[in-house]
Amino acid sequence: MFGYILRRLAVAIPTLLVLIVFSFLLMQMAPGGPFTQERALPPQVLANIEAKYGLDQPMLVQLWTYLRNVVFSFDFGPSFQYPDRTVNQVIAQGFPITLTYGLVSFAVAVLVGVSLGVTAAIRHNTWLDYLAVGVSIGAQVLPNFVMAPLLVIIFTLWLGWLPGGGWSFNDPSFWIMPVIALATSYMASIARITRASMLEVLGSNHIRTARAKGLPERKVILRHALKPAILPVISYLGPAFVSMITGSVVVDMYFSTGGIGKSFVDSALNRDYAVMMGVTILIGALTILFNLLVDILYAWIDPKIRY
Amino acid sequence: MKHFLTTSALALMLSLPAVAAQVPEGTKLADSQEYTWWLLDAIKSLDPAKNTDVEGSDVLRQLFEGLYNEDETGAMVPGVATEHSVSDDGLVYTFKLRDDAKWSNGDPVVAGDFVYAWQRVANPETASEYAWFIELMNIANSKEIVAGEAAPDTLGVKAIDDQTLEVTLHTPTPYFVKMLAHATTFPVPQKVIEAEGDNWTQPGKLVGNGAYTLAGHNLGVDLTVEKNDQYWDAENTVITKGKAVTVNDVNVGLTRYQAGELDRVDIPAGQYPRLEQEYPDQAISIPYACSYAYIYNVSDKGPEALKDVRVRKALSLAIDRDIIVEQVLQGGQRPAWTWTHWAIEGFQPPATPEADKDQAARLEEAKALLAEAGYGPDKPLNISIQYNTSEDHKKIAVAVQQFWKQLGVNVTLNNVEWKVHTDRLQNQDFEVARYAWCGDYNEASTFLDWFRTDGYNSGKWSNAEFDKLMADSKTAEDTTPLYQRAEEILADEKPAAFVYHYANVDMIKPDVKGIPMENVMGTWYLKDIYRTAE
Repeated sequence: MFGYILRRLAVAIPTLLVLIVFSFLLMQMAPGGPFTQERALPPQVLANIEAKYGLDQPMLVQLWTYLRNVVFSFDFGPSFQYPDRTVNQVIAQGFPITLTYGLVSFAVAVLVGVSLGVTAAIRHNTWLDYLAVGVSIGAQVLPNFVMAPLLVIIFTLWLGWLPGGGWSFNDPSFWIMPVIALATSYMASIARITRASMLEVLGSNHIRTARAKGLPERKVILRHALKPAILPVISYLGPAFVSMITGSVVVDMYFSTGGIGKSFVDSALNRDYAVMMGVTILIGALTILFNLLVDILYAWIDPKIRY
Repeated sequence: MKHFLTTSALALMLSLPAVAAQVPEGTKLADSQEYTWWLLDAIKSLDPAKNTDVEGSDVLRQLFEGLYNEDETGAMVPGVATEHSVSDDGLVYTFKLRDDAKWSNGDPVVAGDFVYAWQRVANPETASEYAWFIELMNIANSKEIVAGEAAPDTLGVKAIDDQTLEVTLHTPTPYFVKMLAHATTFPVPQKVIEAEGDNWTQPGKLVGNGAYTLAGHNLGVDLTVEKNDQYWDAENTVITKGKAVTVNDVNVGLTRYQAGELDRVDIPAGQYPRLEQEYPDQAISIPYACSYAYIYNVSDKGPEALKDVRVRKALSLAIDRDIIVEQVLQGGQRPAWTWTHWAIEGFQPPATPEADKDQAARLEEAKALLAEAGYGPDKPLNISIQYNTSEDHKKIAVAVQQFWKQLGVNVTLNNVEWKVHTDRLQNQDFEVARYAWCGDYNEASTFLDWFRTDGYNSGKWSNAEFDKLMADSKTAEDTTPLYQRAEEILADEKPAAFVYHYANVDMIKPDVKGIPMENVMGTWYLKDIYRTAE
């Protein structure tokens, strides 16, 4: 197991490097640059700016400088789009926000999703099952860019209960709508996967044995069925967790949370190479990390799995 | 030399006293004087030398103050400067600065602060995107400094003493003073910048000389300013706290306005008529100095057809501007037959015969012109319209596609993201492209200079007479006939089809007073605003 983890980590580093190099080259290939704008800058002004940011260097030199700064000094450079800030500052401002509402959304999605899925499976083909399936399909088909403005209309305009957007770490009333908007579709997916997997497990031999031995149903479900049934859910949760904590551009846009999701999309549209690279590396590293965690969890839950 | 030049200086006393909020006698003010306005996006920079956005300028105008401010009609009123004189040859401006202007840390604002700020913008090391603005002001040596051929301290701006600033231009520039309310020209605190580097614009560090100080800034969320007691006119400043709130979606912005979270928002396209009926005391439409056009690529890289002025005219005539303004935008915008916005100060549009015809007659003429140019059912004209991603641009492009179809022209719509659009515009890699230009100052040349051979001029149209008119206008006593002639040339030559002139279409809470309703530049100052008790 320990050797496996080491091996996976050894692969993670070249993976990240490849990710950095590819993103860097792809970004540079996109038409227009960070300072292309409606009123073309006089060539001399543009040259001054490019010199300041090192954009006048050959691409390989830029790439090398970038890698060196990232690896040796954890310096992701200055942002082109926000000239008063470095990329580290932009991420330090936005990431804690998405991390907060992402973690809460994750907890809500898992708790509600798994409960719904399990309930539906053990009450298979009853009204409870239909209700749970109905709710999860409803949640899945309601896109968050429809739900977000609707939430604002209902909770801010009509009821006046919640602030229509913005962010505060101290006041959870700012978190509620982003969490609902973000968690819903994940919750629906988790519920469906849990239900399907649970139904399969409930029909298997070891459950029949457990029941035949006269174990109470509660024990059968919690001790014998839930653990194997949760495996497919866990492989879904790894990537889902990463995309939740790195934010959603829709949630950031409609609730103006100031999170990292919108910065990511903006940086790509504005050709803010530095911020785009910084966020790509962050998301890439987290994805690799959580895929590894999922694999370790797998082995821990299912002793049949050997590495 | 300078004394010689300024001997017969023309003293320009400014029309209005420099006042903050002009609260009429007997007005009952509200107890809470807080004002919240809407931002579409994060404020990218609070450094006057690095800001490039309109929204950023709106914030900077509260935190800093330049030589002059604008009043509710857009006229210049004293800011840090109280008056100025100009030498006979129009090259040397001498500004008298008030002696009670202070930075928010209590230091006096002196002429040297402007010298430092302007040199800093021009200095290539600052890498300011708006270095071009200093060039546009025609300050002596600005071009050479930006090009790295001269030292920044050779810029034509000098502190004679703490209260006297002297600016030397290389070319007389009649609109020079009108440029002095622009954020790029604001003074900046040298000591703070040298101590803090790029971080000097953070709350707690930023030192300004405006009516407000920076109290908080959460990137992409909100920005708070508080009344600056050090400001020279603080006793006449009514609003105590201002908050700029980012709402990235226009429709959500309107919802949050209706929920009482914002005091002013933009109205989404097409909703003005409904809102004006529902809230006649809140929905406003103010002319705004931007023009929308379809630029023809007449460069070598452009299509052959567009090199024929008859084709360009026909396409322009066939655009039914009334439909675009009244059916698509619906917010008080006006059809455009000139490039210069109709509300620009002193601008008198020339007679444009096309403007007076009805659309049926224009269409007839367009058909005739196109046939004359050799296009018809046997040889249909194929053209592509490029526009950047936006619902409004798309709606207009679809409408134009239909208008041109009436001429038998096949139109391909080419929607690209913003950076691709601008990149192609600058490389003449388009046929017809959607474009908009917003004036930098309230005078017609800010529009007309665009079409000079060496102007931005994405379609690469060129006309010697036009260039000469624009050059002559810089020293002319009366620019009106020159600008009129320039517009006539544009109307005859049609380097672009002008579509409409912008309006700011906003909702403003009824108890908020002091927002300028006649300033075509859209410039406003928090210090001029106040709230009345309902």
